[in-house]
Amino acid sequence: MNTLNTLFGEKKAKAKKLVFKSVDEYPEVPLTLGTTLINFTGDWRTFIPIVDESKCVKCYICWKFCPEPAIYIKEDGYVAIDYDYCKGCGICANECPTKAITMVREEK
Amino acid sequence: MPKKVVSGNYAAAYAAKHARVEVVAAYPITPQTSIIEKIAEFIANGEAEIQYVPVESEHSAMAACIGASATGARAFTATSAQGLALMHEMLHWASGARLPIVMVNVNRAMAPPWSVWDDQTDSLAQRDTGWMQFYAENNQEVYDGVLMAFKVAEHRKVNLPVMIIESAFILSHTYDIVDMPPQEEIDEFLPPREPLYTLTDFDNPIAVGALGTPADYYEFRYKIEKAMEEARRVIKEVGKEFGEKFRRDYSQMIELYKTDDAEFIFMGMGSLMGTVKEAVDLLRKEGYKVGAAKVRWFRPFPKEELYKLAKNVEGIAVLDRNFSFGQEGILFNEAKGVLYNTDAHPIMKNYIVGLGGRDFTVSDIKTIAKNMKEIIERGKLDREIEWYHLKR
Amino acid sequence: MIEVRFHGRGGQGAVTAANILAEAAFLEGKYVQAFPFFGVERRGAPVTAFTRIDDKPIRIKTQIYEPDIVVVLDPSLLETVDVTAGLKEGGIVIINTEKSKEEVLEKLKKKPAKLALVDATTIALEVLGLPITNTSILGAVAKATGIVSIDKVEEAIKDTFSGELGEKNAKAAREAFEKTVVYEL
Repeated sequence: MNTLNTLFGEKKAKAKKLVFKSVDEYPEVPLTLGTTLINFTGDWRTFIPIVDESKCVKCYICWKFCPEPAIYIKEDGYVAIDYDYCKGCGICANECPTKAITMVREEK
Repeated sequence: MPKKVVSGNYAAAYAAKHARVEVVAAYPITPQTSIIEKIAEFIANGEAEIQYVPVESEHSAMAACIGASATGARAFTATSAQGLALMHEMLHWASGARLPIVMVNVNRAMAPPWSVWDDQTDSLAQRDTGWMQFYAENNQEVYDGVLMAFKVAEHRKVNLPVMIIESAFILSHTYDIVDMPPQEEIDEFLPPREPLYTLTDFDNPIAVGALGTPADYYEFRYKIEKAMEEARRVIKEVGKEFGEKFRRDYSQMIELYKTDDAEFIFMGMGSLMGTVKEAVDLLRKEGYKVGAAKVRWFRPFPKEELYKLAKNVEGIAVLDRNFSFGQEGILFNEAKGVLYNTDAHPIMKNYIVGLGGRDFTVSDIKTIAKNMKEIIERGKLDREIEWYHLKR
Repeated sequence: MIEVRFHGRGGQGAVTAANILAEAAFLEGKYVQAFPFFGVERRGAPVTAFTRIDDKPIRIKTQIYEPDIVVVLDPSLLETVDVTAGLKEGGIVIINTEKSKEEVLEKLKKKPAKLALVDATTIALEVLGLPITNTSILGAVAKATGIVSIDKVEEAIKDTFSGELGEKNAKAAREAFEKTVVYEL
């Protein structure tokens, strides 16, 4: 999978786990303690959403509803799903007014 | 310098205005209300540019101050007793997020029975929230305290909130002369805040209130304690600078009054120490070698100062206008704890005085002096804790 | 140190009177302190308020039990309150009343060294149109005690109330100053 072609692009590629070895390395204030971009939650999935672009009307309802968010908008205007983070909850498929997204059993 | 005859509450409101506070979020409660009323009046008259956030509770008041402070604003609030207790959760939040909020708490007794009168238990019950605590003896100290509080709180090595504490009615509603320096001198002393971080820096987005797993939480707690230790130094520095600028020195975390040759001393906090000083002068005329030690800053606790003081006296009468049920007066408890691992072990007795606004007079202090003198002569306590006013 | 106790009823302005007296003494260059009795005041209920005046800073933070001066804003209080309680030897009592010296003395439990009487209610009604006697009675305090001058009382009143209200209240104090009768006993 091309990890750059996602919602988070380079940020995702550069994301690293923060490890503080001594108290002096810690920030003074408990802000932004690392990033969830390093947590690939895609493998939690049992069902995988598949987008059928012939039915998609670019309404972006799925994009708004995705709780992760793992749905991004491509340059051509269609939506796509970052499978590194999609947990397979199925909300996008449920909300899609044209049934352009279907949930398919995923074998790993 | 312009002097005004104002109540303790008005002194607090003027200080907030002169500190150029940017956000005030508060909820009314006796005896604090006239602080925020006065601030509202300043805003209504166009005398101060402050964003005033009316809220539905003290919990929300502190939450709004936290939000404002996290955007880099100078935030202020005021409360008392039950209101402070309701704020408790948010107090931890303010210190944990390292926000230099300043709050005036008017010491008022906790209900029931309902009481609106002076008692220190409300603020002392917030001892472990990571707030610094300054107890004012008079209206001037309320005013000066608020100005210094912002400077200490916002110091880049500190970044912790401060509670300025004044007595219900005895200060809050008592008119007294307060010397207020010209605005430009205050601005020089207290420049605009330079926040460590701000929520409104959109080029560098941050998350506040991140999860701290067992692998990280511990270090952040230690950082707060380091900041408190740093605050001990900053408090003295700022107190000294204040003295040089405005001729009232606050470089000592414990103010000493005639303690140099004292056989025993009275130790306490807040407004009652004014009466104690008066009594010390009278007792000295009667031949007592007594002094007074007013603990200004209860958090961070002035350990070094207490040790130096305790080394040179035979006895300390600790006057607590508060009580920790199941134990003893809170200042007494702290002071004993500090001295345990040292070589300073004067005879210490705890007098529980003035709870719920019971008047504590010069003649009461004379009675206590007599009792202390007997104890020192005998070299042995009669009892450790005395409920001094108790009707028997 | 001079300690003053004001007796009034909630709403008559006894607390404000104590504050204005402090302000006037401050304008005279004195150190001052003024405070209400720390109660839960209601309109009409008897209230007390206090002023301390001294040449040095006032550190004491207790109630006043032995006043040098007692000021009574409401004549009906003489029936229910022992206004001379704790009054020092040589003390002064100032009362708003229409009654004669003899009638008043009959009601006082303790004879003061000096008694000052003024019908402040009538003055207040004439000048202010309201029976609020706190500013008028301060004219009597200036006359009977000399601890503050009437000029400073007027100045302090104008500092407290702005505009026409201040002018009227200052006038009420001046009139009371002129009409107060002082008896050395």
